[in-house]
Amino acid sequence: MIAIVDIGIGNLGAIKNMLRKVGAQAEITDSAEAIKAADKIVLPGVGAFDHGMGALAASGLMDTLNEQVLNAGKPILGICLGAQMLGRRSEEGSLPGLGWIDMDVVRFPRDAGIKIPHMGWNTVAPTMPGGRIHPLFAGGEDTPRFYFVHSFHFECDRPEDVTATCVYGKSFAAAVARGNIWGVQFHPEKSHRFGAALLRSFAEHA
Amino acid sequence: MNLPRVIPVLLLRGRGLYKTIKFKDPVYVGDPMNTVRLFNEKEANEIVVLDIGATVENRGPNFEFLEDLASECFMPFAYGGGITTVDQIKRLFFLGAEKAVINAAAFDQPGLIEDAARQFGSQSIVASIDVKKKMLGGYDVFTHNGTKGRGRKPTELARELENRGVGEILINTIDRDGTMSGYDLDLIGDVAAAVSVPVVACGGASGPSDFRAAINAGAAAVSAGAYFVFQGKHRAVLISYPSEDELNSIFTPEE
Repeated sequence: MIAIVDIGIGNLGAIKNMLRKVGAQAEITDSAEAIKAADKIVLPGVGAFDHGMGALAASGLMDTLNEQVLNAGKPILGICLGAQMLGRRSEEGSLPGLGWIDMDVVRFPRDAGIKIPHMGWNTVAPTMPGGRIHPLFAGGEDTPRFYFVHSFHFECDRPEDVTATCVYGKSFAAAVARGNIWGVQFHPEKSHRFGAALLRSFAEHA
Repeated sequence: MNLPRVIPVLLLRGRGLYKTIKFKDPVYVGDPMNTVRLFNEKEANEIVVLDIGATVENRGPNFEFLEDLASECFMPFAYGGGITTVDQIKRLFFLGAEKAVINAAAFDQPGLIEDAARQFGSQSIVASIDVKKKMLGGYDVFTHNGTKGRGRKPTELARELENRGVGEILINTIDRDGTMSGYDLDLIGDVAAAVSVPVVACGGASGPSDFRAAINAGAAAVSAGAYFVFQGKHRAVLISYPSEDELNSIFTPEE
């Protein structure tokens, strides 16, 4: 069972629909017990960073998530804002992030001749340093396309934490991972067969 | 590579999909579930579903039906029609939509856009502005399926809505709806120049050359209705959508 964490800030139904489509069992939940009982966790989220971190604090699930992810080593996939929240902080807000991945979340430069937000489909290069492919992308195509909507992006301390890159004005990290903690900036739940392959990989190989 | 989005706009009435001409004379074009499945197979970039009965019948979204529809929708899904409260928007996002399209409520529900943008982020709140040319020049904005004039300039309204928090503007030209006579490029250019949020062109598209022209005029994305549901001069119903290669060639200038 995959627990989709409901802190009131995500397109939860869409994630559940896609997980179901790829044959995974998933439930939307705001219960600590359900998260403890689950094999895996998805942390969705859209909107502003502080709104997300505030909602997470208000949900009372922070301790459970820290315990399950850091101590029990349960696989977790953050999506969009849910992935940004895995970092230490964001230029978008003042609240601290979960701090599980050594990264900050920074704004796309305003003067780079690009429209912000980065909204729409873009191709992603799932290549890690040394040419490795992270298990999240192993079941997919060489240059998958995903749907993005974001104005801020990950900036990792360690290049080896970046599992995929994308180009929008400049190259940026589109996906990150550290051990059992995975995050994607784009929306696999709304990215047709490309997203289906990615969520299947999470469901089967995380 | 980041290409402009190409978006089918589907009009819902009851449990059927219809296509209008100049917002009138709805013609049945098919079953919504089946149509959404077809656009899934064709890997449409995004889909907009507008319930054209809701506001005029003074009712909210048909959530049970939309939940079924969203469960088949593995692409970004924007819904508009009869939205008047933040709770309705929350319910839409919970059932699997990611964008709420606001039209009449931008006028009739003060504070809705502001509250919704604060809670869900601007990226999920789309304003649709329905525009008609005035007899003596200039444009007016309409709601209620083009029946209720609002006495506003589209560019000024677009700027106001951006300030209130919408993250995207769908600009629809009533006079061109369903006519496949090309977008109103002047209007699209003016609105796109007035705001910094993405503007989606709607109304009049007949094919790739119109898509390209709208992007060149300043639109960030393009949408169409008739072009995706009709085929040939007798307007036989046939769902179509450009392939990835076709999209590439539409928007990539030839060497």
